[in-house]
Amino acid sequence: MRLRTLFVALTAALLSAATLASPARAQIEVDVNRGDVQPLPVAVPAFTGERGAEIAQVITSNLERSGLFRPIDPAAFIERDLDIRYQPRFADWKTINAQGLVNGEVTVDATGRLTVNFRLWDVFSEQQLLGMQFTSTSENWRRVAHKISDAVYERLTGEKGYFDTRVVFVAESGGRVDRIKRLAIMDQDGANPSYLTDGSYIVMTPRFSSTSQEITYMALRPDGSSIYLFNLETGRREALGNFSGMVFAPRFSHDGGKVAFSVERGGNTDIHVMDLRSRSTSRLTSDPSIDTSPSFSPDGARITFNSDRGGSPQIYVMNADGSGAMRISRGGGRYMTPVWSPTGEYIAFTKQAGGQFHIGVMRPDGSDERLLTTSYLDEGPTWAPNGRVLMFSRETPGGPSRLWSVDVTGRIVRPAPYPQSGSDPAWSPLLN
Amino acid sequence: MTTSSMTKRAAKFAIIALAAASVTACASRPKPEAVGPTAPPPPPPASQPGTPPPPMSQGALPGTQQDFVINVGDRVYFDFDSYSVRGDAAQILEAQAAWLNRYPSVMIRIEGNADERGTREYNLALGARRANAVRDFLVSRGVSSSRINTVSYGKERPIDPGTSEDAYQRNRNAHTAITSGAN
Repeated sequence: MRLRTLFVALTAALLSAATLASPARAQIEVDVNRGDVQPLPVAVPAFTGERGAEIAQVITSNLERSGLFRPIDPAAFIERDLDIRYQPRFADWKTINAQGLVNGEVTVDATGRLTVNFRLWDVFSEQQLLGMQFTSTSENWRRVAHKISDAVYERLTGEKGYFDTRVVFVAESGGRVDRIKRLAIMDQDGANPSYLTDGSYIVMTPRFSSTSQEITYMALRPDGSSIYLFNLETGRREALGNFSGMVFAPRFSHDGGKVAFSVERGGNTDIHVMDLRSRSTSRLTSDPSIDTSPSFSPDGARITFNSDRGGSPQIYVMNADGSGAMRISRGGGRYMTPVWSPTGEYIAFTKQAGGQFHIGVMRPDGSDERLLTTSYLDEGPTWAPNGRVLMFSRETPGGPSRLWSVDVTGRIVRPAPYPQSGSDPAWSPLLN
Repeated sequence: MTTSSMTKRAAKFAIIALAAASVTACASRPKPEAVGPTAPPPPPPASQPGTPPPPMSQGALPGTQQDFVINVGDRVYFDFDSYSVRGDAAQILEAQAAWLNRYPSVMIRIEGNADERGTREYNLALGARRANAVRDFLVSRGVSSSRINTVSYGKERPIDPGTSEDAYQRNRNAHTAITSGAN
């Protein structure tokens, strides 16, 4: 199948910061590591031109949802005739205490191509922090808004953004005893949701490749289970291997070259790994306990996994060849679904203790454990590609499963922007 | 500073980055349906008020699926995070083995289930342990392993939607489903 991909021309142009102010010395910045940080007040007035209001709205929502920014209600704005070609009237923005200001302009040429210029201003130091231009096809305006959001986030926090991303997950419908589960995908802000399977069989635990628009997931039918690779660009779907027992919990290595997963045989579950190029599979664990939920370290040298070899489910780390397994979870309770962060600095997990479930993080050596959430049932964290935000599933007693997110400080816990029932979210890498 | 000087500088600094992106316009890919608020499913068929189902326990013919379900029992229960066959389960499994030995053409699938108090993946493994514990018991009582398939549904197929300990208990089970060969 020939891959036909839409090419989005993203033209980033630095709009002469030098003419407006001395080279950017940010007066405002947001510290993503501070748990008690007050959200930064920002103003994002409607951009001028076609789709300008919608683009500003998408940026506003992204910044607000991060919890690091507090967009100011446009009703409070004083300056109403902003023009991208001129400096804003800083006094007007100081009056409403906007620390950051994002303004922009959209133009559409005769062929329908969209050009968006925007600037980020530090209001109190009267400096331009960013001036950029993106061009794209007009139907891709939302992605342009996400790119702008990422640029603003990165400029103000010093961390990569995560707004131009998607989330694959399991959309749920039906009752608790006859739940229908369909593979689904949406933009990280909930836009453009679509189904990828028809609900005639159970799907679970989709995971994104961190290098391509490819996912792996598990399908469960009465005659057994399979794991699949599914290329989102070509639509090509392929079962991975042929196993007599249950096969589940697939996850890519960070370079995309391998998939680790669990295979059950005669009731015993072990971790295997498949090299996607050669399709050769090797078995990494062989003890009689449950070994599941494998997740590679970013450098591919180690794998964290879930095992009950010590009597209850706990988190272990082993070398990628299966040697040297060591338990790292040390607190009381049951620890499951370890997931190595994209930066390598943390392992996120699900913890069950005292009748509650938590999403938490710890260092790969098991130190610095922090619980970020508490509820009746929280499960299955996935990292945003910048390693600052986690998405997970939350269920209230007897209620539907919903997608939630929490930042790595645990301060910003909120429902993800998917209003229906969903579970098993998996974050994509930043789109290109 | 004038507008024109800014525009000129903008052009000078332009960096063009072409990026392949967005699968949404891929023509050759099967187009997924939009996720929308789907209409709620119709209510379940009314249970014919006034005509209670016939008392099956008396009507079940020997060797039928009803016979197995009603007179033998098709489900056994487990303790939390355990796959040991309890005393109450052993009694039912003895009866399952005897029945299966009486009807040797019957093929079965043992479905292991877990309650919702665990993660999806761990519970798949736990359900597989339960299904295999039942399979091993039946094989030890003379049922040929070639007649038995196992599958784990993990926590995906609860039989009780409740959130009480009683509901969790009911959902920690292994179900013996007849797949073929019954009368």
